[in-house]
Amino acid sequence: MQRYFLSKLGQSILLLFGVLLLVFVMVRVTGDPASLMMSRQASPEDIAAFRERMGFNDPVLVQFSRLISRAIVGDFGASLHFTTPAMPLVVQRLPATLELALAGLLMAVIVGIPLGLVGGFNPGSLIDSVGRFLALLVQSIPNFWLALLLILYFAVQLGWFPSFGRDEWKSVVMPAFVLGLPVMGQIVRLTRSAVLEIRGEDFIRTAHAKGLEPKTIYTKHVLRNVAIPLVSVIGVQFGYMLGGSIYIETIFSWPGMGQLLEQAIGWRDFPLVQALAVFTSLVVLGLNLLTDMAYAVIDPRIRYGR
Amino acid sequence: MADNAITPADSLLDVKQSFSDRLAYLGRFLWRDKGGVLGMILFLAVVGAAVFAPVIAPYDPLAQNLRDNKMPPAWQEEGNWEHPFGTDNLGRDSFSRIIYGARVSLTVGFFGVLIAGSLGLVIGAIAGYAGGRVDAAIMSVINLILSLPYLLFVVFIAAILGRSLLNVILIFGITDAPVFARVTRGEVLRMRESGYVESAISAGARWPRIIFGHIMPNLIGPLITLATFEMSAMIFYEAGLGFLGLSVPPTTPSWGNMLAAGRKYLTSSPWIAAFPGLAIMFTSLGMNLLGDWLRDVLDPRLRRSRK
Amino acid sequence: MPMILEVKNLITKFYTLDGVVNAVNGVSFDLEEGELLAIVGESGSGKSVTMMSLLGLIPSPPGKVESGEALFSGLDGQQDLLKLSPQELRNVRGGQIGFVFQDPISTLNPIMTIGEQISETLTRHKGMTREEARGQALQLLAQVGIPDPELRYKSYPFQFSGGMRQRVVIAIAIACTPQMIIADEQTTALDVTVQAQIVELFKRLRELLNVAVIWITHDLGVVAGIADRVLVMYGGRPAEIALVDDLYERPQHPYTVGLLGALPRLDAEESKRLVSIKGTPPDSLIPLQHCPFAWRCQFAFERCWEEIPPLIAVGDQHQTACFYDMEKGEARDG
Repeated sequence: MQRYFLSKLGQSILLLFGVLLLVFVMVRVTGDPASLMMSRQASPEDIAAFRERMGFNDPVLVQFSRLISRAIVGDFGASLHFTTPAMPLVVQRLPATLELALAGLLMAVIVGIPLGLVGGFNPGSLIDSVGRFLALLVQSIPNFWLALLLILYFAVQLGWFPSFGRDEWKSVVMPAFVLGLPVMGQIVRLTRSAVLEIRGEDFIRTAHAKGLEPKTIYTKHVLRNVAIPLVSVIGVQFGYMLGGSIYIETIFSWPGMGQLLEQAIGWRDFPLVQALAVFTSLVVLGLNLLTDMAYAVIDPRIRYGR
Repeated sequence: MADNAITPADSLLDVKQSFSDRLAYLGRFLWRDKGGVLGMILFLAVVGAAVFAPVIAPYDPLAQNLRDNKMPPAWQEEGNWEHPFGTDNLGRDSFSRIIYGARVSLTVGFFGVLIAGSLGLVIGAIAGYAGGRVDAAIMSVINLILSLPYLLFVVFIAAILGRSLLNVILIFGITDAPVFARVTRGEVLRMRESGYVESAISAGARWPRIIFGHIMPNLIGPLITLATFEMSAMIFYEAGLGFLGLSVPPTTPSWGNMLAAGRKYLTSSPWIAAFPGLAIMFTSLGMNLLGDWLRDVLDPRLRRSRK
Repeated sequence: MPMILEVKNLITKFYTLDGVVNAVNGVSFDLEEGELLAIVGESGSGKSVTMMSLLGLIPSPPGKVESGEALFSGLDGQQDLLKLSPQELRNVRGGQIGFVFQDPISTLNPIMTIGEQISETLTRHKGMTREEARGQALQLLAQVGIPDPELRYKSYPFQFSGGMRQRVVIAIAIACTPQMIIADEQTTALDVTVQAQIVELFKRLRELLNVAVIWITHDLGVVAGIADRVLVMYGGRPAEIALVDDLYERPQHPYTVGLLGALPRLDAEESKRLVSIKGTPPDSLIPLQHCPFAWRCQFAFERCWEEIPPLIAVGDQHQTACFYDMEKGEARDG
């Protein structure tokens, strides 16, 4: 158990190093990071001065080791737009994004798991067919488009929910719904197929052969086994929501990390983009670790190191 | 299920079957799954639109006509059948732009999957076949990449590289390769364990024969299924990038660009944004249905769960 | 000896996408109290489906028991298993009839302790509390030869070897002291030495518990030393049924002869190679209209292609479903 956790932790640290490397390379892949970050109207002198100030003239290895040594103490340079340290700007956006993603996930889980269970236990039934099609449909609807439609109908025409901002509890409803919808579809499909698969396992036949009541078989044998893939997919999807919130936050002017990313790209503020990429990866990695721990709690094969 | 008698599996990929048998089987299977039929129709419609765009589209998708700008679709008041889906803010015909937009989406999806699939196939096959340390190293890198917040990095990279069709294809082609690599590696490993590749080698089969005669036929099913889903995802993400202004240049008629442009006129002329969204939805739905169906047909292991 | 189970003309079909699979095409046999009957046949012969059908364990849909009778004389007197309600059947399963399945790695729940998996049968059928069930389960573990039951009770299936897991599965089957045990290919997944140990364990438990056993296998060799009678099945029908020695010495069905020929014999001369039966098993998608073995039978004549042979008595407790008398080298009368 401890070894399992330590190896996961080691992998995460390695990945974080990989993220830094990727970010470092990508910013330099066009050949001249200075002109990438400066506005198109900037004079050659300004660009040269900027290049010198940012240290882009130093040897690449020096630049990279500087990035790493600063990253370790949480220093990702200053935002070009705000001219204050980038990382604090990013971190203060975390609560809003987490709130949005958690609300979306909650909806996805509360609706998705029961729908998937019903489908898995009654394959071919009407509710199963409807549920399967809906799950596929919501996964096929572009969420940035759906967000526009919802704003048009529920905010502009009906006035039920605010169309932007994060001022009242109602603000979170529409963005969380749109963000959670494809995740819900995924959860329905996965739960359904997991139930079907587990129900076909030999040990379920054994449970029937023992004369156990169907209720006991479903709760003690099927559900506990279905929980294993479910935990993993919920972890992955939560990470996906943190990255995918960029559209939703932009459209609903939700003051989270996604909105900041969209703005930073518009400002060509790459130190800020860089900090966002690294910090989001850090949060996702933390989530992955939590998922792995939840995994170990449910699955003894992992707990006992197999 | 206890006895083998229950599932007399005639797999689609069973080499003993003739081509026409397989085709007939495919047809029967498709018809049983009405979702698959729907998916196939939607997919063919999109492909048809892309291929025959100049024939189908009534207007040049780039031709502006400011006099007729922001015309509503034909069935609304003030609309007429000269512009069935209405016109955008510059008076360009929405229907023609949707038809041409299919070209961008399918180009990105097709070449993106082609690149990702080829890269992934090679990497995955090396990992699966070499095994041991090579495998462990490749797989840990792949798992690391797959655990990153995907969309964020796509947006990040797209913002740096700038707007061009080639860039978009390359971004999806490279970032999606790990998915194909993981599936390929899994299948190769499974085949190795089953031992029949070993027996083919010991029977004196040559390398080309082993790869194309034994390994590829088993890989093709899972990879085609995966390619369908991934292509659908790429079309989806391309539109997303377009919506953020990070995909193909703004002049190119693509669904994502049209959506982004339509967003500005959402309250006054909602149809400008509505049609490209519908186009993305039906394409994605079609390919997902198709993918589900292909998975059922091409993977006999999964067929037992079906009634 | 009184009968514990009488099966009459059982028919089971599967309605699949590919067509109707005729899995069991009229099987009849009986079982005495404390007797060990081996059901032998290749995969697809319907031997497993037969037993699953009796206890409502075939997946339905697509499976359906079409007709037949299965009179079981258990604790509640004689009752037809096929006519019981699902609830009544559940009371019989696991309580009065125990099951041992093949491949113990997949038959045990991977994320539940061994102890829990044994105890839950006891709490279900014997009305024990968790604590009582635990005590009983520990005894059972010891009974099937698992060392250190206290520790093993808390272990998970993946921490056991294949043979150990099979012992656990047996412990579950005998937990409620059943009148009858159905063992389905229980030694197939094990290596030969472990197989022998499991057979030994079974012999011992049978004497101890005086339980009737139906042992399903495709391997005549495994059951030779332990079975009382053998039922050979082919194409979803009984081919031959006889006392075990009688069957080995005087097989009366060409398929049985083939099976015995396909059996590796330690006393055979080296020059004698293993004989395999030519051809493939019948396609169960086609409804049976003649002897299912006719395609592969070297003795088949017109009658074999015209009607389905019924079981014909050919000796004391010895019946065969064959129109051809191999000893006389001619067709049987009647």
